[in-house]
Amino acid sequence: MRYGSVLDTIGNTPLVEVPRLSPDPSVRLWVKLEGQNPTGSVKDRIALAMIEAAEAKGELEAGQTILEPTSGNTGISLAMVAALRGYRFTAVMPDNASRERVQLLRAYGADIVFSEGAKGTNGSVALAQKMAAEDDSVYMPFQYGNRANLMAHYEGTAAEIIADLPEIKAFVAGLGTGGTLMGNGLRLKEHDPAIKVVAAEPELGELVYGLRSLDEGYIPPLFDPDMLDGKVKVRARESIVWTRELLRREGIFAGISAGAVVWVAQRVGRRLARDGGGDVVCLLADGGWKYLSTEAWTQDIDTAEAQVEEVLWW
Amino acid sequence: MAVQVRIPTMFRRYTDGEATLQVEPGTIADVIDQIERRHPGIRQQLLTEQGELHRFVNIYVNDEDARYLDRLDTKVTDGDTVALLPSVAGGGPS
Repeated sequence: MRYGSVLDTIGNTPLVEVPRLSPDPSVRLWVKLEGQNPTGSVKDRIALAMIEAAEAKGELEAGQTILEPTSGNTGISLAMVAALRGYRFTAVMPDNASRERVQLLRAYGADIVFSEGAKGTNGSVALAQKMAAEDDSVYMPFQYGNRANLMAHYEGTAAEIIADLPEIKAFVAGLGTGGTLMGNGLRLKEHDPAIKVVAAEPELGELVYGLRSLDEGYIPPLFDPDMLDGKVKVRARESIVWTRELLRREGIFAGISAGAVVWVAQRVGRRLARDGGGDVVCLLADGGWKYLSTEAWTQDIDTAEAQVEEVLWW
Repeated sequence: MAVQVRIPTMFRRYTDGEATLQVEPGTIADVIDQIERRHPGIRQQLLTEQGELHRFVNIYVNDEDARYLDRLDTKVTDGDTVALLPSVAGGGPS
């Protein structure tokens, strides 16, 4: 296939059946491989959508600096799109993001401002908002509240899933900004209101929760809890185990959050089996490359768990 | 066997530092009542004045967010695990 720009290769990712990971013979389990996007994650979709939306509204001018809080993937995608469209890009990210994410951001030409790792992405959001408030020459897409984030999934990801698998019964994805779940959920429920939309969310280390007070709680403006039919928390350990299973049994090398999503899909699938079964789609947000330094695939499970918990794996 | 309740660090000052509590089966509302009787003060951290779950607090029953079960009426039985956690924003996969 020929393309005029790498931006044209964003989306239309493969939907692959993973029968060896199905929890029941009546359940067909599928994974949508967002790691196949040009920078290796689902965030290419929203980076392009948010920048195009800002351009259309006249909010971005050539040479302007884009600033965004990100745990890595969105930053890498924004850096790529910004470079091709003639903008500078600064990422605000926790200082415990995996080493590969930092290396990739620099490779794509981004400037990086680090926020306190123990405060997670909440810390990055607060710091980026402060920086943007102090400098009105920067443009902040703000993926947590940008409707173009949600629409990239409504018009792209979910439309692709419906075209490939109109009989879909359940959809599982990770909860971060909420954009993936809200955008896909909206479109899928328009297609068939009976489709179950379930979120996998990370159970972060004690350290992360311990340093917070309730006043620091943050619910992304895009997130509408009523769009979901369930939300399940997943520990790093189960995520690693299922990320390994994806590779060992199905040859799919995906990021650690993918394991969390497939683990939740086991529960969703078993429940679906009691109602006659059906097709479950898991959105796998990224490929495994950016997590190699965590030794998630190569160490014994206890060591791998400890190393993954030290970095921001979500 | 009883119901295990996991208390995160941020709430342990209300539980005399205890990380895990054992309570009797019932609804989530009953569980909170039992904890409040033993450790007065924790209820107002979890619930609003109207008795609703605080929006920045998530209560999980066997890893599932109780908001999508029967909220405070969700039943827990012997062997179940209840976890109280503050809500957090992620950023990577979504």
